[in-house]
Amino acid sequence: MKPLKIVAVSAGLGVPSSTRLLADRLAAATRQQVADEPGRAVEVRVVELRDLATDVAHNMVTGFPSPALAEAIEAVSESDGLIAVTPIFTASYSGLFKSFFDVIDNTALTGKPVLIAATGGTARHSLALEHALRPLFAYLRAVVVPTAVYAASEDWGTGGSGPGGALTERIDRAAGELAALILGRAATAPAAEPADDAFDVVPFAEQLAALRAN
Amino acid sequence: MQFGIFTVGDVTTDPTTGRTPTEHERIKAMLAIALKAEEVGLDVFATGEHHNPPFVPSSPTTMLGYIAARTEKLILSTSTTLITTNDPVKIAEDFAMLQHIADGRVDVMMGRGNTGPVYPWFGQDIRQGIPLAIENYALLHKLWREDVVDWEGKFRTPLQGFTSTPRPLDGVPPFVWHGSIRSPEIAEQAAYYGDGFFANNIFWPKHHFQQLIRLYRHRYAQYGHGTPEQAMVGLGGQVFMRKNSQDAVREFRPYFDNAPVYGHGPSLEEFTEQTPLTVGSPQQVIEKTLAFREYFGDYQRQLFLMDHAGLPLKTVLEQLDMLGEEVVPVLRKEFAKNRPAEVPDGPTHAARVAERDAAALEEVAE
Repeated sequence: MKPLKIVAVSAGLGVPSSTRLLADRLAAATRQQVADEPGRAVEVRVVELRDLATDVAHNMVTGFPSPALAEAIEAVSESDGLIAVTPIFTASYSGLFKSFFDVIDNTALTGKPVLIAATGGTARHSLALEHALRPLFAYLRAVVVPTAVYAASEDWGTGGSGPGGALTERIDRAAGELAALILGRAATAPAAEPADDAFDVVPFAEQLAALRAN
Repeated sequence: MQFGIFTVGDVTTDPTTGRTPTEHERIKAMLAIALKAEEVGLDVFATGEHHNPPFVPSSPTTMLGYIAARTEKLILSTSTTLITTNDPVKIAEDFAMLQHIADGRVDVMMGRGNTGPVYPWFGQDIRQGIPLAIENYALLHKLWREDVVDWEGKFRTPLQGFTSTPRPLDGVPPFVWHGSIRSPEIAEQAAYYGDGFFANNIFWPKHHFQQLIRLYRHRYAQYGHGTPEQAMVGLGGQVFMRKNSQDAVREFRPYFDNAPVYGHGPSLEEFTEQTPLTVGSPQQVIEKTLAFREYFGDYQRQLFLMDHAGLPLKTVLEQLDMLGEEVVPVLRKEFAKNRPAEVPDGPTHAARVAERDAAALEEVAE
Protein backbone atom coordinates (compact mmCIF):
# COMPACT_ATOMS: atom_id res chain seq x y z
CA MET A 1 0.00 0.00 0.00
CA LYS A 2 1.30 3.47 -0.86
CA PRO A 3 2.36 5.60 2.08
CA LEU A 4 -0.03 8.40 2.97
CA LYS A 5 1.47 11.80 2.35
CA ILE A 6 1.06 14.61 4.80
CA VAL A 7 2.38 18.01 3.79
CA ALA A 8 2.71 20.90 6.21
CA VAL A 9 3.05 24.38 4.71
CA SER A 10 4.69 26.88 7.05
CA ALA A 11 4.66 30.57 6.23
CA GLY A 12 6.82 31.53 9.20
CA LEU A 13 9.49 34.09 8.46
CA GLY A 14 11.82 33.88 11.44
CA VAL A 15 14.53 31.27 11.77
CA PRO A 16 13.73 29.48 13.99
CA SER A 17 10.05 30.30 13.73
CA SER A 18 7.18 29.47 16.05
CA THR A 19 5.00 28.93 12.97
CA ARG A 20 7.37 26.19 11.84
CA LEU A 21 7.40 24.80 15.35
CA LEU A 22 3.61 24.59 15.33
CA ALA A 23 3.63 23.02 11.86
CA ASP A 24 6.09 20.37 13.07
CA ARG A 25 4.01 19.64 16.16
CA LEU A 26 0.84 19.28 14.10
CA ALA A 27 2.58 17.10 11.53
CA ALA A 28 4.06 14.83 14.20
CA ALA A 29 0.71 14.48 15.98
CA THR A 30 -1.08 13.71 12.72
CA ARG A 31 1.57 11.21 11.70
CA GLN A 32 1.18 9.44 14.98
CA GLN A 33 -2.58 9.24 14.75
CA VAL A 34 -2.51 8.03 11.14
CA ALA A 35 0.21 5.51 11.98
CA ASP A 36 -2.00 4.10 14.72
CA GLU A 37 -3.94 2.54 11.88
CA PRO A 38 -2.19 -0.78 11.27
CA GLY A 39 -0.24 -1.10 8.06
CA ARG A 40 -0.38 2.52 6.97
CA ALA A 41 2.99 4.09 6.29
CA VAL A 42 3.12 7.87 6.50
CA GLU A 43 5.40 10.36 4.80
CA VAL A 44 5.63 13.85 6.23
CA ARG A 45 7.00 16.78 4.30
CA VAL A 46 7.29 20.38 5.45
CA VAL A 47 7.24 23.16 2.86
CA GLU A 48 8.91 26.33 4.16
CA LEU A 49 7.49 29.23 2.20
CA ARG A 50 10.33 31.48 3.32
CA ASP A 51 12.65 29.49 1.06
CA LEU A 52 10.25 29.97 -1.83
CA ALA A 53 9.41 33.63 -1.27
CA THR A 54 11.21 34.95 -4.37
CA ASP A 55 9.98 32.04 -6.48
CA VAL A 56 6.39 32.85 -5.48
CA ALA A 57 6.90 36.51 -6.44
CA HIS A 58 8.47 35.47 -9.75
CA ASN A 59 5.54 33.19 -10.48
CA MET A 60 3.22 36.16 -9.94
CA VAL A 61 5.20 38.12 -12.52
CA THR A 62 5.91 35.45 -15.14
CA GLY A 63 2.91 33.17 -14.75
CA PHE A 64 4.91 30.00 -14.28
CA PRO A 65 6.65 28.40 -11.29
CA SER A 66 10.37 27.80 -10.89
CA PRO A 67 11.36 24.13 -10.62
CA ALA A 68 11.60 24.36 -6.80
CA LEU A 69 8.18 26.01 -6.51
CA ALA A 70 6.65 23.59 -9.01
CA GLU A 71 7.90 20.73 -6.90
CA ALA A 72 6.40 22.22 -3.72
CA ILE A 73 3.07 22.87 -5.47
CA GLU A 74 3.02 19.32 -6.71
CA ALA A 75 3.71 17.97 -3.21
CA VAL A 76 0.84 20.05 -1.80
CA SER A 77 -1.52 19.11 -4.63
CA GLU A 78 -0.81 15.41 -4.34
CA SER A 79 -0.83 15.21 -0.56
CA ASP A 80 -3.41 13.12 1.25
CA GLY A 81 -3.70 15.75 3.93
CA LEU A 82 -2.50 19.34 4.23
CA ILE A 83 -1.51 21.29 7.31
CA ALA A 84 -1.45 25.02 6.58
CA VAL A 85 0.17 27.27 9.15
CA THR A 86 0.66 31.03 8.95
CA PRO A 87 1.64 33.82 11.27
CA ILE A 88 -1.19 36.33 11.71
CA PHE A 89 -0.14 39.66 10.21
CA THR A 90 -2.39 42.72 10.19
CA ALA A 91 -5.52 40.82 11.17
CA SER A 92 -5.11 38.02 8.61
CA TYR A 93 -2.83 35.38 7.06
CA SER A 94 0.54 36.67 5.89
CA GLY A 95 0.89 37.91 2.33
CA LEU A 96 3.35 35.17 1.52
CA PHE A 97 0.91 32.51 2.72
CA LYS A 98 -1.85 33.93 0.54
CA SER A 99 0.46 34.37 -2.45
CA PHE A 100 1.49 30.73 -2.31
CA PHE A 101 -2.12 29.58 -2.47
CA ASP A 102 -2.78 32.19 -5.17
CA VAL A 103 -0.29 30.57 -7.54
CA ILE A 104 -1.71 27.09 -7.05
CA ASP A 105 -4.40 26.05 -9.49
CA ASN A 106 -7.77 26.78 -7.86
CA THR A 107 -8.95 23.20 -8.32
CA ALA A 108 -5.84 21.55 -6.88
CA LEU A 109 -7.17 21.39 -3.32
CA THR A 110 -10.71 20.28 -4.10
CA GLY A 111 -11.81 17.73 -1.50
CA LYS A 112 -8.46 17.73 0.27
CA PRO A 113 -8.43 17.33 4.06
CA VAL A 114 -6.87 20.47 5.52
CA LEU A 115 -5.92 21.49 9.03
CA ILE A 116 -5.55 25.25 9.50
CA ALA A 117 -3.35 26.77 12.17
CA ALA A 118 -1.77 30.10 13.02
CA THR A 119 0.61 31.81 15.39
CA GLY A 120 0.63 35.28 16.82
CA GLY A 121 1.90 37.46 19.61
CA THR A 122 -1.34 37.41 21.54
CA ALA A 123 -4.41 35.21 21.64
CA ARG A 124 -6.53 38.21 20.67
CA HIS A 125 -5.96 37.42 16.97
CA SER A 126 -7.05 33.82 17.10
CA LEU A 127 -10.35 34.31 15.28
CA ALA A 128 -8.40 35.27 12.15
CA LEU A 129 -8.34 31.50 11.60
CA GLU A 130 -12.11 31.44 11.35
CA HIS A 131 -12.54 34.74 9.52
CA ALA A 132 -9.65 34.51 7.05
CA LEU A 133 -8.16 31.02 6.67
CA ARG A 134 -11.35 28.98 6.78
CA PRO A 135 -13.06 30.99 3.99
CA LEU A 136 -9.90 30.81 1.88
CA PHE A 137 -9.95 27.01 1.97
CA ALA A 138 -13.72 26.90 1.66
CA TYR A 139 -13.33 28.80 -1.60
CA LEU A 140 -10.81 26.20 -2.74
CA ARG A 141 -13.38 23.51 -1.85
CA ALA A 142 -11.01 21.85 0.57
CA VAL A 143 -12.41 19.96 3.58
CA VAL A 144 -11.21 21.87 6.63
CA VAL A 145 -11.27 20.07 10.00
CA PRO A 146 -13.44 21.68 12.70
CA THR A 147 -10.58 22.40 15.10
CA ALA A 148 -8.30 25.22 14.01
CA VAL A 149 -5.17 25.60 16.12
CA TYR A 150 -3.92 28.98 17.25
CA ALA A 151 -0.72 29.31 19.26
CA ALA A 152 -0.01 32.63 20.95
CA SER A 153 3.43 33.34 22.40
CA GLU A 154 2.17 32.56 25.89
CA ASP A 155 1.04 29.07 24.82
CA TRP A 156 4.67 28.00 24.34
CA GLY A 157 5.59 28.88 27.91
CA THR A 158 2.99 27.02 29.88
CA GLY A 159 3.06 23.53 31.24
CA GLY A 160 1.11 20.49 30.21
CA SER A 161 -1.50 20.63 32.94
CA GLY A 162 -4.05 23.29 33.73
CA PRO A 163 -5.34 25.84 31.24
CA GLY A 164 -1.86 26.16 29.68
CA GLY A 165 -2.02 22.56 28.52
CA ALA A 166 -4.73 23.48 26.09
CA LEU A 167 -2.34 23.91 23.14
CA THR A 168 -1.25 20.27 23.28
CA GLU A 169 -4.86 19.23 23.59
CA ARG A 170 -5.87 21.37 20.62
CA ILE A 171 -3.01 19.97 18.57
CA ASP A 172 -4.04 16.40 19.38
CA ARG A 173 -7.71 17.05 18.74
CA ALA A 174 -7.04 18.74 15.38
CA ALA A 175 -4.53 16.06 14.37
CA GLY A 176 -7.08 13.40 15.26
CA GLU A 177 -9.69 15.07 13.06
CA LEU A 178 -7.25 15.37 10.17
CA ALA A 179 -6.07 11.77 10.58
CA ALA A 180 -9.66 10.53 10.55
CA LEU A 181 -10.38 12.41 7.32
CA ILE A 182 -7.19 11.18 5.68
CA LEU A 183 -7.85 7.57 6.64
CA GLY A 184 -11.51 7.77 5.69
CA ARG A 185 -10.65 9.20 2.31
CA ALA A 186 -7.90 6.64 1.71
CA ALA A 187 -10.32 3.82 2.57
CA THR A 188 -13.07 4.93 0.21
CA ALA A 189 -11.20 6.52 -2.71
CA PRO A 190 -9.57 4.09 -5.11
CA ALA A 191 -5.89 4.97 -5.14
CA ALA A 192 -6.07 6.40 -8.63
CA GLU A 193 -2.52 7.03 -9.70
CA PRO A 194 -2.66 10.41 -11.42
CA ALA A 195 -1.06 9.60 -14.76
CA ASP A 196 1.82 11.99 -15.20
CA ASP A 197 1.21 12.83 -18.82
CA ALA A 198 -2.50 12.48 -19.13
CA PHE A 199 -4.80 15.41 -19.47
CA ASP A 200 -8.48 14.84 -18.94
CA VAL A 201 -9.83 15.82 -22.30
CA VAL A 202 -13.43 15.66 -23.33
CA PRO A 203 -13.48 14.20 -26.86
CA PHE A 204 -14.01 16.98 -29.37
CA ALA A 205 -17.21 15.59 -30.81
CA GLU A 206 -18.73 15.73 -27.32
CA GLN A 207 -17.60 19.34 -26.90
CA LEU A 208 -19.31 20.24 -30.18
CA ALA A 209 -22.44 18.30 -29.32
CA ALA A 210 -22.68 20.03 -25.94
CA LEU A 211 -22.85 23.37 -27.74
CA ARG A 212 -25.52 22.19 -30.13
CA ALA A 213 -27.65 20.82 -27.31
CA ASN A 214 -27.81 24.19 -25.60
CA MET B 1 10.86 22.71 -41.91
CA GLN B 2 9.91 26.39 -41.89
CA PHE B 3 11.58 29.17 -39.93
CA GLY B 4 10.22 32.58 -39.23
CA ILE B 5 9.46 35.30 -36.75
CA PHE B 6 6.40 36.31 -34.80
CA THR B 7 5.73 39.69 -33.34
CA VAL B 8 3.55 40.81 -30.47
CA GLY B 9 3.49 44.39 -31.70
CA ASP B 10 4.12 46.06 -28.37
CA VAL B 11 5.01 49.73 -28.15
CA THR B 12 7.57 49.73 -25.36
CA THR B 13 9.95 52.38 -24.09
CA ASP B 14 13.57 51.59 -24.87
CA PRO B 15 14.93 51.30 -21.31
CA THR B 16 18.43 52.34 -22.41
CA THR B 17 17.32 55.66 -23.92
CA GLY B 18 13.96 56.30 -22.25
CA ARG B 19 12.46 56.91 -25.67
CA THR B 20 9.07 55.46 -26.62
CA PRO B 21 8.34 55.03 -30.32
CA THR B 22 5.07 56.41 -31.66
CA GLU B 23 2.46 53.96 -32.89
CA HIS B 24 3.28 55.04 -36.41
CA GLU B 25 6.99 54.34 -35.92
CA ARG B 26 6.25 50.96 -34.42
CA ILE B 27 3.91 49.94 -37.22
CA LYS B 28 6.45 51.01 -39.83
CA ALA B 29 9.14 49.12 -37.91
CA MET B 30 7.00 45.96 -37.96
CA LEU B 31 6.67 46.28 -41.73
CA ALA B 32 10.43 46.79 -42.12
CA ILE B 33 11.02 43.73 -39.94
CA ALA B 34 8.67 41.62 -42.08
CA LEU B 35 10.41 42.68 -45.31
CA LYS B 36 13.76 41.95 -43.70
CA ALA B 37 12.52 38.46 -42.84
CA GLU B 38 12.10 37.70 -46.52
CA GLU B 39 15.41 39.38 -47.41
CA VAL B 40 17.38 37.17 -45.01
CA GLY B 41 15.68 34.00 -46.23
CA LEU B 42 13.16 33.30 -43.51
CA ASP B 43 9.94 31.52 -44.46
CA VAL B 44 7.28 33.03 -42.21
CA PHE B 45 6.20 36.33 -40.70
CA ALA B 46 3.38 36.21 -38.15
CA THR B 47 1.72 39.10 -36.34
CA GLY B 48 -0.27 39.11 -33.14
CA GLU B 49 -3.71 40.66 -32.80
CA HIS B 50 -4.45 43.01 -29.94
CA HIS B 51 -7.14 45.51 -29.10
CA ASN B 52 -5.54 47.53 -26.35
CA PRO B 53 -2.48 49.72 -25.82
CA PRO B 54 0.48 49.31 -25.74
CA PHE B 55 -0.08 47.03 -28.73
CA VAL B 56 -0.63 48.25 -32.30
CA PRO B 57 -1.64 45.30 -34.50
CA SER B 58 -5.44 45.32 -34.30
CA SER B 59 -5.91 44.78 -38.01
CA PRO B 60 -3.71 41.89 -39.17
CA THR B 61 -4.93 41.40 -42.73
CA THR B 62 -4.40 45.09 -43.52
CA MET B 63 -0.79 44.77 -42.41
CA LEU B 64 -0.25 41.40 -44.04
CA GLY B 65 -1.81 42.63 -47.29
CA TYR B 66 0.86 45.33 -47.54
CA ILE B 67 3.60 42.82 -46.78
CA ALA B 68 2.16 40.43 -49.37
CA ALA B 69 2.53 43.11 -52.03
CA ARG B 70 6.15 43.77 -51.10
CA THR B 71 7.35 40.16 -50.85
CA GLU B 72 7.62 37.13 -53.09
CA LYS B 73 8.09 34.08 -50.91
CA LEU B 74 7.30 34.92 -47.33
CA ILE B 75 4.35 33.06 -45.78
CA LEU B 76 2.11 35.49 -43.91
CA SER B 77 0.53 34.28 -40.74
CA THR B 78 -0.87 35.38 -37.39
CA SER B 79 0.05 34.73 -33.79
CA THR B 80 -2.77 34.70 -33.02
CA THR B 81 -6.12 35.56 -34.64
CA LEU B 82 -8.77 35.87 -31.95
CA ILE B 83 -11.27 33.16 -32.74
CA THR B 84 -13.26 34.01 -29.63
CA THR B 85 -14.10 37.65 -30.24
CA ASN B 86 -13.84 38.07 -34.02
CA ASP B 87 -16.83 37.16 -36.12
CA PRO B 88 -15.89 33.89 -37.83
CA VAL B 89 -17.62 35.13 -40.98
CA LYS B 90 -15.27 38.12 -41.13
CA ILE B 91 -12.25 35.91 -40.49
CA ALA B 92 -13.34 33.65 -43.35
CA GLU B 93 -13.68 36.63 -45.69
CA ASP B 94 -10.57 38.53 -44.62
CA PHE B 95 -8.17 35.63 -44.84
CA ALA B 96 -9.61 34.23 -48.07
CA MET B 97 -9.15 37.72 -49.55
CA LEU B 98 -5.58 37.85 -48.26
CA GLN B 99 -4.97 34.38 -49.67
CA HIS B 100 -5.87 35.62 -53.18
CA ILE B 101 -3.80 38.79 -52.83
CA ALA B 102 -0.79 36.82 -51.60
CA ASP B 103 -1.18 33.99 -54.14
CA GLY B 104 -1.66 31.48 -51.38
CA ARG B 105 1.17 32.56 -49.06
CA VAL B 106 -1.18 32.70 -46.09
CA ASP B 107 -1.99 30.67 -43.05
CA VAL B 108 -3.70 31.53 -39.77
CA MET B 109 -3.15 30.72 -36.13
CA MET B 110 -6.23 30.66 -33.94
CA GLY B 111 -6.00 31.78 -30.34
CA ARG B 112 -8.27 32.85 -27.54
CA GLY B 113 -6.33 35.92 -26.49
CA ASN B 114 -5.11 36.73 -23.01
CA THR B 115 -6.74 40.07 -22.30
CA GLY B 116 -9.97 39.64 -20.35
CA PRO B 117 -11.69 42.94 -21.25
CA VAL B 118 -11.44 42.20 -24.99
CA TYR B 119 -14.37 39.80 -24.56
CA PRO B 120 -16.85 42.38 -23.23
CA TRP B 121 -15.47 45.03 -25.58
CA PHE B 122 -16.50 42.77 -28.44
CA GLY B 123 -19.77 41.75 -26.85
CA GLN B 124 -18.67 38.32 -25.61
CA ASP B 125 -18.42 36.57 -22.26
CA ILE B 126 -14.97 35.45 -21.15
CA ARG B 127 -16.44 32.49 -19.25
CA GLN B 128 -17.44 31.14 -22.65
CA GLY B 129 -13.85 31.31 -23.98
CA ILE B 130 -13.50 27.65 -24.89
CA PRO B 131 -17.05 27.17 -26.24
CA LEU B 132 -16.59 30.34 -28.36
CA ALA B 133 -13.31 28.99 -29.75
CA ILE B 134 -15.00 25.69 -30.59
CA GLU B 135 -18.19 27.00 -32.14
CA ASN B 136 -16.64 29.91 -34.04
CA TYR B 137 -13.98 27.70 -35.55
CA ALA B 138 -16.55 25.06 -36.53
CA LEU B 139 -18.37 27.78 -38.47
CA LEU B 140 -15.18 29.16 -40.03
CA HIS B 141 -14.17 25.64 -41.10
CA LYS B 142 -17.56 25.17 -42.78
CA LEU B 143 -17.55 28.58 -44.47
CA TRP B 144 -14.25 27.79 -46.17
CA ARG B 145 -15.38 24.36 -47.35
CA GLU B 146 -19.04 24.71 -48.26
CA ASP B 147 -20.18 27.20 -50.88
CA VAL B 148 -23.61 27.76 -49.39
CA VAL B 149 -23.93 27.60 -45.64
CA ASP B 150 -27.02 27.26 -43.47
CA TRP B 151 -25.95 27.54 -39.89
CA GLU B 152 -27.27 28.12 -36.41
CA GLY B 153 -25.24 28.23 -33.21
CA LYS B 154 -25.22 29.48 -29.69
CA PHE B 155 -23.22 32.68 -30.08
CA ARG B 156 -23.81 34.23 -33.48
CA THR B 157 -26.78 35.25 -35.61
CA PRO B 158 -27.92 32.29 -37.74
CA LEU B 159 -26.99 32.16 -41.43
CA GLN B 160 -29.32 31.07 -44.21
CA GLY B 161 -27.97 30.52 -47.70
CA PHE B 162 -24.78 32.42 -46.95
CA THR B 163 -21.74 32.26 -49.21
CA SER B 164 -18.49 33.64 -47.85
CA THR B 165 -16.61 35.44 -50.60
CA PRO B 166 -14.08 35.26 -52.07
CA ARG B 167 -13.96 31.48 -52.02
CA PRO B 168 -10.58 30.14 -50.86
CA LEU B 169 -7.86 30.23 -53.52
CA ASP B 170 -7.96 27.06 -55.67
CA GLY B 171 -10.69 25.78 -53.37
CA VAL B 172 -8.09 25.13 -50.66
CA PRO B 173 -8.55 27.09 -47.42
CA PRO B 174 -5.58 28.60 -45.58
CA PHE B 175 -3.79 26.14 -43.32
CA VAL B 176 -4.80 26.62 -39.70
CA TRP B 177 -2.70 26.37 -36.57
CA HIS B 178 -4.28 26.35 -33.15
CA GLY B 179 -2.17 28.16 -30.61
CA SER B 180 -2.36 27.41 -26.93
CA ILE B 181 -0.42 28.20 -23.83
CA ARG B 182 -2.24 25.91 -21.45
CA SER B 183 -5.47 24.37 -22.70
CA PRO B 184 -5.57 20.69 -23.65
CA GLU B 185 -9.00 21.37 -25.21
CA ILE B 186 -7.27 23.34 -27.94
CA ALA B 187 -4.77 20.54 -28.63
CA GLU B 188 -7.79 18.24 -28.90
CA GLN B 189 -9.49 20.66 -31.30
CA ALA B 190 -6.41 20.85 -33.53
CA ALA B 191 -6.17 17.06 -33.58
CA TYR B 192 -9.86 16.63 -34.41
CA TYR B 193 -9.60 18.77 -37.54
CA GLY B 194 -6.16 17.55 -38.54
CA ASP B 195 -4.94 21.14 -38.23
CA GLY B 196 -1.59 22.29 -36.87
CA PHE B 197 -0.83 22.86 -33.21
CA PHE B 198 1.43 25.70 -32.20
CA ALA B 199 2.94 25.74 -28.73
CA ASN B 200 3.97 29.27 -27.86
CA ASN B 201 6.67 27.69 -25.73
CA ILE B 202 7.97 31.02 -24.49
CA PHE B 203 6.98 31.22 -20.88
CA TRP B 204 6.27 27.81 -19.51
CA PRO B 205 8.89 25.25 -18.77
CA LYS B 206 9.02 22.63 -21.46
CA HIS B 207 7.40 19.79 -19.54
CA HIS B 208 3.98 21.36 -19.90
CA PHE B 209 4.36 21.83 -23.66
CA GLN B 210 5.67 18.30 -24.03
CA GLN B 211 2.43 17.03 -22.50
CA LEU B 212 0.27 19.23 -24.75
CA ILE B 213 2.13 18.21 -27.90
CA ARG B 214 2.08 14.53 -26.95
CA LEU B 215 -1.68 14.75 -26.44
CA TYR B 216 -2.09 16.52 -29.80
CA ARG B 217 0.02 13.98 -31.70
CA HIS B 218 -1.73 11.05 -30.07
CA ARG B 219 -5.22 12.38 -30.78
CA TYR B 220 -4.24 13.45 -34.33
CA ALA B 221 -3.49 9.82 -35.07
CA GLN B 222 -6.63 8.61 -33.31
CA TYR B 223 -8.73 10.89 -35.50
CA GLY B 224 -7.20 9.20 -38.53
CA HIS B 225 -5.20 12.06 -40.00
CA GLY B 226 -1.93 10.13 -40.05
CA THR B 227 0.68 8.90 -37.63
CA PRO B 228 1.55 10.92 -34.51
CA GLU B 229 4.79 11.87 -36.25
CA GLN B 230 2.82 13.32 -39.16
CA ALA B 231 0.93 15.79 -36.99
CA MET B 232 1.82 19.41 -37.70
CA VAL B 233 3.66 21.03 -34.81
CA GLY B 234 4.91 24.60 -34.54
CA LEU B 235 6.98 26.05 -31.73
CA GLY B 236 7.85 29.48 -30.48
CA GLY B 237 11.23 30.61 -29.26
CA GLN B 238 12.96 33.78 -28.27
CA VAL B 239 16.56 34.80 -28.87
CA PHE B 240 19.01 37.65 -28.64
CA MET B 241 22.41 37.16 -30.21
CA ARG B 242 25.79 38.75 -30.49
CA LYS B 243 28.92 37.18 -31.86
CA ASN B 244 30.26 37.11 -28.34
CA SER B 245 27.79 35.73 -25.79
CA GLN B 246 28.85 38.12 -23.00
CA ASP B 247 28.04 41.03 -25.30
CA ALA B 248 24.61 39.59 -25.96
CA VAL B 249 23.88 39.27 -22.26
CA ARG B 250 25.16 42.76 -21.48
CA GLU B 251 23.18 44.38 -24.27
CA PHE B 252 19.92 42.47 -23.74
CA ARG B 253 19.80 42.61 -19.93
CA PRO B 254 18.14 46.05 -19.59
CA TYR B 255 15.51 45.03 -22.14
CA PHE B 256 14.92 41.77 -20.31
CA ASP B 257 14.80 43.39 -16.87
CA ASN B 258 12.16 45.87 -18.01
CA ALA B 259 10.24 43.67 -20.46
CA PRO B 260 6.47 44.12 -20.16
CA VAL B 261 5.65 40.46 -19.65
CA TYR B 262 8.37 39.00 -17.46
CA GLY B 263 10.45 42.01 -16.43
CA HIS B 264 11.08 42.72 -12.77
CA GLY B 265 10.80 39.01 -12.09
CA PRO B 266 13.40 36.28 -12.34
CA SER B 267 16.92 37.09 -13.45
CA LEU B 268 17.96 36.73 -17.07
CA GLU B 269 20.03 33.72 -16.04
CA GLU B 270 17.11 31.99 -14.29
CA PHE B 271 14.78 32.72 -17.18
CA THR B 272 17.13 31.40 -19.84
CA GLU B 273 17.64 28.27 -17.80
CA GLN B 274 13.91 27.63 -17.32
CA THR B 275 12.46 28.72 -20.68
CA PRO B 276 13.46 28.58 -24.36
CA LEU B 277 14.88 32.13 -24.23
CA THR B 278 18.48 32.13 -25.45
CA VAL B 279 20.74 35.12 -25.00
CA GLY B 280 24.16 34.38 -26.37
CA SER B 281 26.11 33.53 -29.48
CA PRO B 282 24.53 32.22 -32.68
CA GLN B 283 26.05 28.84 -31.82
CA GLN B 284 24.20 28.79 -28.48
CA VAL B 285 20.95 29.63 -30.25
CA ILE B 286 21.55 26.77 -32.67
CA GLU B 287 22.21 24.31 -29.87
CA LYS B 288 19.19 25.29 -27.80
CA THR B 289 16.85 25.25 -30.81
CA LEU B 290 18.11 21.88 -32.02
CA ALA B 291 17.27 20.45 -28.60
CA PHE B 292 13.58 21.28 -29.20
CA ARG B 293 13.44 18.31 -31.54
CA GLU B 294 14.47 16.00 -28.72
CA TYR B 295 11.72 17.32 -26.49
CA PHE B 296 8.88 17.59 -28.99
CA GLY B 297 9.76 15.34 -31.94
CA ASP B 298 10.46 16.42 -35.52
CA TYR B 299 8.33 19.46 -36.20
CA GLN B 300 7.27 21.74 -39.01
CA ARG B 301 7.65 25.35 -38.00
CA GLN B 302 9.89 27.33 -35.70
CA LEU B 303 9.01 30.96 -35.01
CA PHE B 304 11.24 33.33 -33.06
CA LEU B 305 10.18 36.38 -31.11
CA MET B 306 12.79 39.02 -31.98
CA ASP B 307 11.34 42.51 -31.71
CA HIS B 308 9.77 43.16 -28.36
CA ALA B 309 10.60 44.90 -25.08
CA GLY B 310 11.59 48.16 -26.77
CA LEU B 311 14.53 46.87 -28.82
CA PRO B 312 15.34 49.50 -31.45
CA LEU B 313 14.59 48.67 -35.07
CA LYS B 314 18.26 48.82 -36.03
CA THR B 315 19.09 46.17 -33.44
CA VAL B 316 16.22 43.94 -34.53
CA LEU B 317 17.35 44.13 -38.16
CA GLU B 318 20.89 43.15 -37.09
CA GLN B 319 19.39 40.24 -35.18
CA LEU B 320 17.51 39.14 -38.28
CA ASP B 321 20.69 39.28 -40.33
CA MET B 322 22.35 36.93 -37.86
CA LEU B 323 19.30 34.69 -37.69
CA GLY B 324 19.07 34.42 -41.47
CA GLU B 325 22.75 34.15 -42.22
CA GLU B 326 24.27 32.25 -39.33
CA VAL B 327 21.51 30.39 -37.51
CA VAL B 328 18.74 29.24 -39.82
CA PRO B 329 20.98 27.72 -42.54
CA VAL B 330 22.60 25.52 -39.90
CA LEU B 331 19.23 24.66 -38.37
CA ARG B 332 17.84 23.69 -41.78
CA LYS B 333 20.76 21.38 -42.36
CA GLU B 334 20.73 19.84 -38.89
CA PHE B 335 16.95 19.41 -38.67
CA ALA B 336 17.01 17.65 -42.06
CA LYS B 337 19.43 15.05 -40.70
CA ASN B 338 17.73 11.84 -39.60
CA ARG B 339 14.34 13.34 -40.26
CA PRO B 340 12.08 10.40 -41.12
CA ALA B 341 10.69 10.57 -44.66
CA GLU B 342 7.11 10.41 -43.39
CA VAL B 343 7.47 13.62 -41.39
CA PRO B 344 5.82 16.37 -43.43
CA ASP B 345 7.38 19.70 -44.30
CA GLY B 346 5.84 22.93 -43.11
CA PRO B 347 2.50 23.62 -44.81
CA THR B 348 2.39 25.58 -48.07
CA HIS B 349 -0.52 26.36 -50.34
CA ALA B 350 1.10 24.62 -53.33
CA ALA B 351 1.66 21.44 -51.35
CA ARG B 352 -1.89 21.49 -50.04
CA VAL B 353 -3.32 21.96 -53.55
CA ALA B 354 -1.16 19.09 -54.80
CA GLU B 355 -2.28 16.93 -51.87
CA ARG B 356 -5.94 17.70 -52.58
CA ASP B 357 -5.47 16.86 -56.29
CA ALA B 358 -3.65 13.63 -55.50
CA ALA B 359 -6.43 12.59 -53.14
CA ALA B 360 -9.03 13.36 -55.84
CA LEU B 361 -7.12 11.27 -58.41
CA GLU B 362 -6.93 8.40 -55.98
CA GLU B 363 -10.67 8.59 -55.51
CA VAL B 364 -11.24 8.50 -59.28
CA ALA B 365 -8.89 5.52 -59.60
CA GLU B 366 -10.88 3.65 -56.99
